[in-house]
Amino acid sequence: MLQRLQHLLGIETLTRDQISFILDQAKPFQEFQRYPLKKLATLRGKTVAIAFFEASTRTRISFTTAAARLGADTMNLQAEASSLKKGESLLDTVRTLEAMRPDGIVMRHGSSGAPEFVAERLGIPVLNAGDGTHEHPTQGLLDALTIRDRKGTLEGLNIAILGDILHSRVARSNIHLLSKFGAHVTLCGPAMWVPRELENLAPGIRRVMRIEDALAGADVIIVLRVQTERIHEPSLAAEEYVLRYQLTPERLQVAKPDALVLHPGPMIRGLEIDPAVADGPQSCVLEQVTNGLAIRMALLYHLIGGAPMDAPHPAKERSNAAD
Amino acid sequence: MLLIKNGRVLDPASKTDGALDVLLDGEKIAKTGTALSAPDAEVFDATALVVAPGFIDLHCHLREPGQELSETIETGTRAAARGGFAAVCCMPNTQPVNDNASVTRSIVDRAAAVGTVRVWPIGAASIGSKGEALAEIAAMKDAGIVAVSDDGKPIATARLMRQVMDYCTSLGLPVIDHCEDASLFAGGVMREGPASVRLGLKGIPAQCESICVGRDVEIAQLTGARLHIAHMSTRGSLEYVRAAKKQGLRVTCEVTPHHFTLTDEHVRYNTNYKMNPPLASREDRDALIEGLADGSIDAIATDHAPHHPASKEVEFDRAPFGITGFETALALGLAELVHKGKLPLMRLIDLFTTGPARVLGIERKIAAGAPADLTIFSTDHTWTFRASESASKSRNTPFDGRAFRGTPMATIVGGRFAFRHSKTAQA
Amino acid sequence: MRVVEKRQLLSNEEIGRTLNRLAHEIVEKSGGTKDLALIGVRRRGVPLAERLSAIIRGFSHAEIPVGILDITLYRDDLSTVGPQPIVQSTEIPFTVDNRDLVVVDDVLYTGRTMRAAMNGLFDLGRPRRIRLCVMIDRGHRELPIEATFVGRTVQTSDSEIVEVRLKEVDNEERVMLVDRVD
Repeated sequence: MLQRLQHLLGIETLTRDQISFILDQAKPFQEFQRYPLKKLATLRGKTVAIAFFEASTRTRISFTTAAARLGADTMNLQAEASSLKKGESLLDTVRTLEAMRPDGIVMRHGSSGAPEFVAERLGIPVLNAGDGTHEHPTQGLLDALTIRDRKGTLEGLNIAILGDILHSRVARSNIHLLSKFGAHVTLCGPAMWVPRELENLAPGIRRVMRIEDALAGADVIIVLRVQTERIHEPSLAAEEYVLRYQLTPERLQVAKPDALVLHPGPMIRGLEIDPAVADGPQSCVLEQVTNGLAIRMALLYHLIGGAPMDAPHPAKERSNAAD
Repeated sequence: MLLIKNGRVLDPASKTDGALDVLLDGEKIAKTGTALSAPDAEVFDATALVVAPGFIDLHCHLREPGQELSETIETGTRAAARGGFAAVCCMPNTQPVNDNASVTRSIVDRAAAVGTVRVWPIGAASIGSKGEALAEIAAMKDAGIVAVSDDGKPIATARLMRQVMDYCTSLGLPVIDHCEDASLFAGGVMREGPASVRLGLKGIPAQCESICVGRDVEIAQLTGARLHIAHMSTRGSLEYVRAAKKQGLRVTCEVTPHHFTLTDEHVRYNTNYKMNPPLASREDRDALIEGLADGSIDAIATDHAPHHPASKEVEFDRAPFGITGFETALALGLAELVHKGKLPLMRLIDLFTTGPARVLGIERKIAAGAPADLTIFSTDHTWTFRASESASKSRNTPFDGRAFRGTPMATIVGGRFAFRHSKTAQA
Repeated sequence: MRVVEKRQLLSNEEIGRTLNRLAHEIVEKSGGTKDLALIGVRRRGVPLAERLSAIIRGFSHAEIPVGILDITLYRDDLSTVGPQPIVQSTEIPFTVDNRDLVVVDDVLYTGRTMRAAMNGLFDLGRPRRIRLCVMIDRGHRELPIEATFVGRTVQTSDSEIVEVRLKEVDNEERVMLVDRVD
């Protein structure tokens, strides 16, 4: 029996079975996105707090839509409009939210470890929508789902992750997940953003400095954007980055002919990725978006639906089933 | 008169290790000897206990004036006494900064009024510790400072360090530096390494400290000053200090108990593991333990840095640096160094007494005529440290709930009990 | 939870005869097979629907499509149960609009499963008609739901459970009445 998840804080602490479970459970929700009427009553009466302490459009909309399609209501907190600016602590902000009794909280925050901080103090499920440079687990999951759907498996695939790995929470979640499933992960980017320690993050990781070496024989290429808002040091000139690390159609040819190109978005066409590749036949970005909805619906369904972990023994369900 | 009977006296200054009684008269030690008798004296039975000179903590933060929410001279010294410290040196990063004689005097007066142990203030090197102009060091010396530092920050530039060293040498004061290179520190919150990469926290490379130690050692060579490296945490820094000592420079250093106990692998997102300098790598810790054993390191100092609970209960990035340390220092020294066989008990006591005394240019010994400051402790009493029971106002410690073997049983300052453990029978 | 077998309600042969009779009834009472489709409710409704379609093909040569419906997301009792039940996919490879649907399930009890099934079907389109076919109707309705096609009606008490065991799922073929023993 699978250990029931209480929170989704990161991929690093999940087992392979737990991850497979989530990917499998996303499937019915993928189909659901094709229904004419996309409204369930499954989480009717539940409230999901969407607390984004960092600007985000796509992830916030994805979670909000996922909750709405499951029939839940949402409480929306956006950092710019919040009293955080007035100096209110994270703890107070979150306790204020808690007093309004949501059934779960989806949280994005600029500090690594912030969702864990909240999970230790509140009694409701916490879903990490991105914390600092630590993890972005739902992105890792939707990337894995996209790859698995197209390639049939994750095992043994050659996967290149390009860009500013050091400051990327998406990269860390990808690395943990893909490593657990036996993929061969190659990291590539400017040297100061791909430190040696990344190779020890999980088994099966190597780093190279030349993009051609990363792309050679790749089955999947995950392109990251340059994290300008997270870099404290002077950044790299755009021309430098384009010269050495942009994913162009020519460079892509070194990869396998059916290689997939993934990008967590938003893309800056002309910087980390050539427009022809971004919009080309190998690009999976739109699938990633749809899969993101499916993953998030599956997670909200399992974490926020159902009784709380410490609920009293439920009344016997009046069903004909013997189990 | 106070007679300490039946204890095992360990005095590094005279290399004494034996069953001796110690008679205290007023604020001085009257004499030591076997089977002493003093009919008028109060008797303290130190059977099965070690009797050492009163411990000195070279580095702590008492937060008064200005930050009394976290600690006061009264509560801090009470915690220090429970930790076996008879004297503590408090750093100047208070509010206002202790950069002039009137702040120094206010600290000294307050300590005389409500302090449980001796308080020896350290004055700021620069005004406001801003790293620009020299503070009123001579005036502060008259008011009672024992050393100079801009702790919390490094002494800002090589040029300023030179001025401070020259000036302090003429005044006979040691210069204590919190060694850090600001440009490498840049927003970091823990040691740069595999742990910081995994946790997604901004890292501070080891060289951030050692670069500054190297700088300071060079300037010490230039000026001949007495330089003391505060809370040294890396192998690289230790190498600079060793080389300096070999050269005959008057360079000393201290290490905190948490740096010889924990490493960066212990950090998760618990802010009780966030301090500056940060917990270092295993290699650094092991090198420090070697240095403690072989004499390259002069003292153990706590860097007791209380922060009231609400200020530490935030995201790791935003939490202030620092943990408390008075009440666990001896216990950690016994657990990590003596009980594990890394160094003998006499050496541990040296690190708490004669080592710090040497840095300050004073003596610390159990001998007739010496101040009646003693630390009496057990090496095997088992107990559990609970932050909630600490005498400090703050609770920011990573050792809450840890079981220990060995603890102070009595701290005597100027012939009077500053602390007496409940297990000691009162006559 | 343990169960104790009480008595057999339908044998292997009786199941076969009942399905045969139900298949004929469905065709007769539908005025033919035009627009007819069967929707098997997971889990045991699915093999039943597939068998019905095969039987109908056998005597009328008409191809009645079978869809698979998972009602987990439409249940009304999710918030009182512990961890969420696993969701499986719904596979209905034809349009539901204007269809004459017969929902097939093993047992009709409170009626809540059928209510959930109807909600699920209406999310997919607008059927012309929905009727229900069950192997066993055991009474104790909690909603105004009726089955048009019933294999057998059985009186039961609340502590009892009707187990329709099918070879595709249970490796045996019979309908049992069992007692719940806690």
